[in-house]
Amino acid sequence: MTDKEKRTDVAQQTIDDVALQTIDDERAMTGAPLDSEQADALAGRLQGGVKQGHGSGGAASATVGASIRRYGGDDRVTGHQKFLSDLRFTGAAEATLVTLPVACATITKIDTSRAAEMPGVIAVVSAADLPQPVPRFGISHQDRPVLADGEVLYHGEPVVAVVAETLDQAESAAREVEVTFDERSGVFDLEQALESGAPLVRDPSLRPADDENRDSNVLETALYEWGDNSAAADGADVVVENTYTFPMVTHFPIEPGGTVAVPTDSGGLDIYSPVQHPYLLQRTIAKVVGLPLAQVRVFAPDPGGAFGGKQNPKLEPLLAFLALRTGRACRLVLSLEQTFQMMRRAACRVKARTGFTTDGALVFHDLECDYLIGAYADVAPRVMTKGSYVAAGPYRIPNARTAARAVMSNTTPSTAFRGFGSPQVAWATESQMDAGARQLGLDALQVRQRNLVNEGEAFFRGPYEATADGQWHQSLEKAAELIGWGQPLAPNRGRGIAVAIKPGATSGLSQSLVRFLADGSAIAYAGTSDMGQGARTLWQQILAHELGTPLDKVRVISGDTGIVPFDLQTSASRSTVFMGNAVLEACLDIRQRVLALYAEATGVDAAALSEAPGVLVTPDGEMPLLEASRVALGALGGEFVGQGTARRQGRKGHPLGGDAAFYEFNCTAIEVEVDFETGELLLHKHVSVSDVGTELNPLQVISQDEGASIMGLGHSQMEQLLVDDHGVIRNLGALDYRIPTFKDVPVELITHGVENHDGPGPYGSKGMSEGALLCTSGALGSAVSDAIGMPVRDLPLTPERVWTTLNQAGAQPGGGEADT
Amino acid sequence: MTASDVQSPDDIGSDQVNVTCTVNGKPAAFSVPPHRTLMDALRYQLGLTGTKTCCAEGECGACTVIIDGAGVNSCLMLAAEAEGRDIVTIEGLGAEKPRGICDLQESFLEAGAVQCGFCIPGQVMAAEYLLRTNPDPSVEEIREGMSGNLCRCAGYQRIVAAVQMTAQKRAIP
Repeated sequence: MTDKEKRTDVAQQTIDDVALQTIDDERAMTGAPLDSEQADALAGRLQGGVKQGHGSGGAASATVGASIRRYGGDDRVTGHQKFLSDLRFTGAAEATLVTLPVACATITKIDTSRAAEMPGVIAVVSAADLPQPVPRFGISHQDRPVLADGEVLYHGEPVVAVVAETLDQAESAAREVEVTFDERSGVFDLEQALESGAPLVRDPSLRPADDENRDSNVLETALYEWGDNSAAADGADVVVENTYTFPMVTHFPIEPGGTVAVPTDSGGLDIYSPVQHPYLLQRTIAKVVGLPLAQVRVFAPDPGGAFGGKQNPKLEPLLAFLALRTGRACRLVLSLEQTFQMMRRAACRVKARTGFTTDGALVFHDLECDYLIGAYADVAPRVMTKGSYVAAGPYRIPNARTAARAVMSNTTPSTAFRGFGSPQVAWATESQMDAGARQLGLDALQVRQRNLVNEGEAFFRGPYEATADGQWHQSLEKAAELIGWGQPLAPNRGRGIAVAIKPGATSGLSQSLVRFLADGSAIAYAGTSDMGQGARTLWQQILAHELGTPLDKVRVISGDTGIVPFDLQTSASRSTVFMGNAVLEACLDIRQRVLALYAEATGVDAAALSEAPGVLVTPDGEMPLLEASRVALGALGGEFVGQGTARRQGRKGHPLGGDAAFYEFNCTAIEVEVDFETGELLLHKHVSVSDVGTELNPLQVISQDEGASIMGLGHSQMEQLLVDDHGVIRNLGALDYRIPTFKDVPVELITHGVENHDGPGPYGSKGMSEGALLCTSGALGSAVSDAIGMPVRDLPLTPERVWTTLNQAGAQPGGGEADT
Repeated sequence: MTASDVQSPDDIGSDQVNVTCTVNGKPAAFSVPPHRTLMDALRYQLGLTGTKTCCAEGECGACTVIIDGAGVNSCLMLAAEAEGRDIVTIEGLGAEKPRGICDLQESFLEAGAVQCGFCIPGQVMAAEYLLRTNPDPSVEEIREGMSGNLCRCAGYQRIVAAVQMTAQKRAIP
């Protein structure tokens, strides 16, 4: 298959991004006592029922719309939850990896002889021991070798795997493996990668002859354009032109994860891996090792945090080969450091030129977005395509051009990460909105009020136009109200506000089975991975509401491709909408089956019967569904099985493969105090407002929004991966790579969900788990600029960077700034 | 077979160290290589996998246990140092309570403090230690006291709420 064919293949596959779904709203748990109004509002949110809905006629419910406790919570607080590394496998061997201390090298010799002789060693495997040519895999380009094949392209790429009886033995033997290599010049940042004559990460001979970028490090490009920017530029009263950067950041899941591959008696493989996409992993393993899908069973223990990093196969194909070669269960548990070498967010540089009229209306917006992806494609081209699709922002723009590139480098392959390429470009566009506003004498709120699209209005124009699917101005106004926009500021403080959008899933297939058992308890089979977003809690709520089953009699089964029906993936905040609708449909299917069999069993005309959540409606009145099902099943007993499918086709020719099922819209506002002596930031207040449709579980919505807000602050304030001249990650591990702690949480953190019940998911819900970090950087940058009177254009806003900015000429607390 | 069942020739010194201590109120005895951390011994010798491994260098708090009344990162302590000590792990905290869940664990659930759950055993142990040393902590004291425990889901607000909730419950005799 040529690269080009692969790309076509991918477009049809519809790959989407980061997982984590849920819903959203307001919360201020700051230690300050809630006033009575706040307390009432909160109590209302935590107890509230559904006000209206698509699925079930909008009956208020004690379950859907209420803050039901997390499904599986007991095991999580008692330590009984089994994550991957907690599982025991009889007779399992331990695997460890040999890597090189450089990012880019040609391997000239691998000597495993001494290692193979070490005690307890079962196998020492290099590329030469694999089928030839060495199998490669990947979601968009099949470019990643199972083990390094003659070269390494990034720091941490596995060269040799050692399997031994114990981990100590495997590690001892790994130290005896001798790899001889010649270090090559690599490219580790955009400047290096795009320089004329730069070393090429991918050999041009592996790329299609008609690929115009084959002699460069540009892997793929996207161009979105409408109107005429050059003609429009003449009509702009104010033009601002700046460059913005967003660094490489890593997922840092608290569970590093790992994989166990177990050969089965029938010649198949059981793969245990805490992944977001078990069915993709099943397909990948089957293809790489040449087994039928039915012979590959993927068990996906709940990921202990994933954020997009655990979507796509990485080391699982290697473990599969190790298990087949040794005939043993092979176990590899990763270190946190290894996760840094396996997943990260693409860095991005955006050159932006934006024109406004004197009253603040956008005239044109021109963006060149370069995403620094890694040594293998993973899903990064899709991140570039989908992220840059919304680069111009949720605005009314008559003329726009976004030219984006995915640029390869000798770094950790970048992949999906909460926000999926949107936060990087939102940082630029939101900063540009502020830059324009400052020149025009408008404030940050005014310029957004002026340009934000109304519901149904296009923000992306052309044949595949995209329009606002919610009343986004409500979120903007709510955030402004909650932050206290326009109120006087204490000295050294600044206030900022920003908005952003992200396309939800563009297509997909989720299937669910629900069993309604003889005693009224129920089981949902739903393949969504529950990695903290609380998907299973929602399915539990839906079953309880639709079938009348008490919450504690609902079970949810997931994470096993052997018994749970197909689900495309847990990504793009899709699950509430896609799997939610599938689960809902399965419940409706059960009610209709109960009705039909009840009519048959009793002789009552089916036309005289109807069903509603939890009940069968007979001519004599409502009957609990359980009672009706007993009558229907009669002496034979048994159960009802319902099936639900949510299928969304793509759209041919659409640049994203299809229209987004929904958009995540968020407005974040921040009040910050800057220490002018040290450059440190103290966040006094952080407000995040999301357009969520309907909150199916307000507490889970709050958790998602607070979590995304704080993660966004991490990216904005402290996180960045640093590499040295050899491409080696300098801050590899928790000691040197900082993420937010309890002490980094804003003094006051308020989240709020706007509910208009206008989403495509159950009861009017939308996906919402990424929204709150889309524009965090923009809001913080806006606030800091407001406080110091100087623009900031590079992230993260470390004390050093803020101090340096302050100590450039011209910094004035609260003063103006000269944009050019 | 688990990582520690077989003696490794690479261990520093070839001797195993015999350790006897109290774990969750019961006597425990195990034999480990001298370099084995308490975290690994708890997980692999004693099967107490509620103690989690993330950074393994004392930064994240996922492996927090209480030893002789003090909160400890068990990845930074050698198993051999546990000789004669009294260790409480997450499995021991609510073991005697209905549903196996103590008031603090209940508060974590009630406050919505649990997302993916991987850091939660460590968070609960750190919070338990905090509340034992400061039964009525302010928000600032909670943030300070818990700052050694990372949560990438960033459920920090909810955890603070859970600790406050527990303090209130415990204040009522």
